[in-house]
Amino acid sequence: MAKRHPEVEKKLVGLADLVIDAAARRKDPAISIPVRSLSNVKFNEKKGFIEMGKNKQMRTFFNVGMAKKFMQTMLVADALNELQKADLTTSLREIYYRTKHTMGDSHENTFDDQAESDPVIEDLEVGLAALREEFHVRAENAGTIIGPVVFEDDGDKVDCAKLGKGGYSVPSIVEEEYLKIKKCTADFVLLIEKGTQWNRLAEDKFWKKYNCILLTGNGQPPRGVRRLARRLNEEKKLPVYVLVDNDPWGYYIYSVVKQGSINLAFESQRMAIPTAKFIGLSSLDPEHYALPRNVGIKLNDKDISRAKELMAYPWFQKKEWQVEISRMLKSGLKYELDALANKDFQYLTKTYLPKKLKEKDWLD
Amino acid sequence: MKKTKPKVKPAAPKEAAAPKPRAEKPRHIGKTADEMGKQQREISVSEFFTKNRHLLGFDNPRKALLTCVKEAVDNALDASEEAGILPEIVVKLVAVTPDGKPAPVVSQATRFQVTIIDYGPGIVRDQIPKIFAKLLYGSKFHRLRMSRGQQGIGISAAGMYGQLTTGKPVKIISRTGEKQPAHYFEVQIDSKKNEPIILEKKQIEWEAHRGTQVTIELEGKYVKGRASVDEYMELSAISNPHASFTYHAPDGETKTYPRTIQHNPDPPKEIKPHPYGIELGMLLKMLQDTKSHWLAGFLSADFSRVSTETATEICKAAGVSPKKRPRDVVGQEAEKLFQTIQATKLMAPPTNCLSPIGEKEILAGLFKQIKGDFYTAVSRPPAVYRGNPFIIEAGLAWGRGPEQAALDALNAQKAPLAEGESHGGDDNELARVMRFANRVPLLYQQSACSTFKAVLDTTWKNYGIAQSRGAPPAGPMVVFVHMASVWVPFTSESKEAIADYDEIRKEITLALREAGRRLGVFIKRRARAHAESKRRDIFELYIEEVVGACSRLKGGKLAATKLKTQLTEIAKKITGGQKTDEMLDKNAGPHGLPHSIIVTAEGIEGEVPVEGPVAVTEAAPAAVEAAPEPEKPVKKAKKAKAKSKKKAKPAKKSRKK
Repeated sequence: MAKRHPEVEKKLVGLADLVIDAAARRKDPAISIPVRSLSNVKFNEKKGFIEMGKNKQMRTFFNVGMAKKFMQTMLVADALNELQKADLTTSLREIYYRTKHTMGDSHENTFDDQAESDPVIEDLEVGLAALREEFHVRAENAGTIIGPVVFEDDGDKVDCAKLGKGGYSVPSIVEEEYLKIKKCTADFVLLIEKGTQWNRLAEDKFWKKYNCILLTGNGQPPRGVRRLARRLNEEKKLPVYVLVDNDPWGYYIYSVVKQGSINLAFESQRMAIPTAKFIGLSSLDPEHYALPRNVGIKLNDKDISRAKELMAYPWFQKKEWQVEISRMLKSGLKYELDALANKDFQYLTKTYLPKKLKEKDWLD
Repeated sequence: MKKTKPKVKPAAPKEAAAPKPRAEKPRHIGKTADEMGKQQREISVSEFFTKNRHLLGFDNPRKALLTCVKEAVDNALDASEEAGILPEIVVKLVAVTPDGKPAPVVSQATRFQVTIIDYGPGIVRDQIPKIFAKLLYGSKFHRLRMSRGQQGIGISAAGMYGQLTTGKPVKIISRTGEKQPAHYFEVQIDSKKNEPIILEKKQIEWEAHRGTQVTIELEGKYVKGRASVDEYMELSAISNPHASFTYHAPDGETKTYPRTIQHNPDPPKEIKPHPYGIELGMLLKMLQDTKSHWLAGFLSADFSRVSTETATEICKAAGVSPKKRPRDVVGQEAEKLFQTIQATKLMAPPTNCLSPIGEKEILAGLFKQIKGDFYTAVSRPPAVYRGNPFIIEAGLAWGRGPEQAALDALNAQKAPLAEGESHGGDDNELARVMRFANRVPLLYQQSACSTFKAVLDTTWKNYGIAQSRGAPPAGPMVVFVHMASVWVPFTSESKEAIADYDEIRKEITLALREAGRRLGVFIKRRARAHAESKRRDIFELYIEEVVGACSRLKGGKLAATKLKTQLTEIAKKITGGQKTDEMLDKNAGPHGLPHSIIVTAEGIEGEVPVEGPVAVTEAAPAAVEAAPEPEKPVKKAKKAKAKSKKKAKPAKKSRKK
């Protein structure tokens, strides 16, 4: 069951008041929405995560360019409010369908596709300083967890050490009131980019041997996974290690886990894990672990320009990171985690990770 | 094949394998000059064309049917105009079986009876067989005068094709006046001698007072669509608004194209050749044929734009005595003379020999046949290529017409749009290019034609019309291009494409640019008014939505009507309110756009032609009168939309009649 958030309801109704007030004063109604782009984020070195800047944009109604967006914002706000009142959670796609209709006697739709409604929800999150979870909007359950941790989910006890090799599917909303951490005896959290490698580790019972929690988000980890890792880090003081492919996208996944994303910078304070460590694959590993050159993949133009972008981000300015990325660029190759199987099917479980952990061979 | 081309030497080796010569003279392979000489004889033109029918446009059954209709209609129009009679033409196609019965399935039929009736001057009895059954016989080849036909092979070639494919003769009825009897002829062509064979001739009763009826039976195929007889009739009606056509299609459908312009085009004058337009061989021939007794006289009398003084100068410069007998000017002397003439500065040829369609007439034609929102027409001043004067005319019709737009809107409202769908119909529609030479529609070989190349070359994007690289402009548009000239340079004898001379291309491009510019102005104005109205409309729609959302957010505790009124007022204040209403209604008029017609749901503006059997030959005043009428609703347009619609109706009716 969803929990009601009276303060969120108030914020949503506040939008209606804003329109009514402006109309009464014969003024153009305007909603102020912080700008969500690289130009409006700041890297807070002290706190170790990305913060949203102060740039705001006024979304006004009587402006041809913005009128539709404004109308859409009001419709989404209305739908979110409906969710609050009904105590339901929903998906982004359902919000899209709920708010889509043809206007009046025209043949124009309120929304043409979901790509139009998703950003409006993000706008509202930022503009009203509310979280998506508080809006009762959930994402896909795209994450899995296994290891010595016990949750309470809607009154059910879930022992993640007794779930075979499949693990527990991480819900998209993992706030305290939805998901309680009853018990946790693990020593650390290993967040793995790829489901295939997570399966390898789960099958090999890596977590048992090293007393850790294995977490994956199947690619860019969804909010539920990131938030859960953060809670384990914050509440249970577990160090978090990130295991990704050696390519620009792997680096970026790591940075999102550690410092937060540019698009949702305002959520960094509750998502980011500033102490997270990058355990691999590093561009040095092919040499250290004698991976043959032929299991590498040539960097394409997109990879190269993305890597250069990363090198320019303030949170990648540490010397070791500049060296790490330049080394990849210099080699002209990227490596997948799966490439380790070239040595042995269990190379990751039996050699690579043990050695990394033993040598504390990671990047911060 | 080879045997009939005996003058061509290489025909010989083919026979080399014959056993006789090989046995007697093993060393000599081939024939003797004597043997070859026996095979050498004259080829008649008709034999030649029998074997090269594609040169005249009879390559395949479908095209043959079209060519036959085209040649007969061209002749009918030329004859009527020359006689000063407003053309009235009936075209009738009947699908038949070889035994003369109507064919059951038209699309499968391979044989057609083509009948063309004109109520023109008729043909005197003695000329009938020659005109219809002798190639290269006619009045048009020997003079430089603008006309549809040029060589005098058209109709007789059609008859010959019919004779060749069906064995049936050409049947002609002709009458030259009320007091004259009507003559009936059945003729065939003797393809060896190129002489008519008269199978039957008699006097008959004929309901028409004067005119000519030709019936040719031929092998053909009737297919609708591009380059069909149907399209030819439609285009002819556009380029000949002074003619009325009745077309009985083989599938039983009858289309009538009434006359919109009540007078014939000015009769074109005959001119003498301009020296820049001739070649050395031609000059030699003229030197031999002339009636003048001395050279200077020949130059000034047989060419246009050569005065006696200029003629003397030319002779001096060429080093030939002006008093020399033309027939004696040969060889190097003639060549020198030719070069001197080409180097001499001469006035451009006279242009009164041209009879353009005219801007008003093009407008009338397009307006009658094409549904659209905007029409314009441009006639360029005369220009010259290789000594031949010509005039380029262009026209544009744009849009789908208000009726279609209303229909689209109606259909569109029935179903809300699903994801991935969009409005606006077929975005990939390309403009249709209509090409004409001396009023004759050109239906084949579009991409080889100078007009089409000029359409591609024009930067339509400058006028707000989409265009992909190397493609015609996109959109609901018809491009009309007409070239009028005493001698239209076709790329082939079948007269399908205009040759790409620089001077011609340049003129076409200039005409298209002017027409495009006017269209651009129209589109821009309309888009502006449209944008304003759209702004208002979207605000009205969005206000509805926002008020609904607010009302629900407030749990129904909201004075929704009040909020709506307030927001609507703000919207009006911000988007220009009344001004928009006015702009929308009538600011898109043809003011400042010459020779254009604009059609809106409220009415029609511009040089709208008036149709119907007006007895007066001068139609000009009628067309002018039509213009101010639709302006009435302009002033009252704003509040009385419903009323103005009613008012516009009579105007519409008048053009339908």
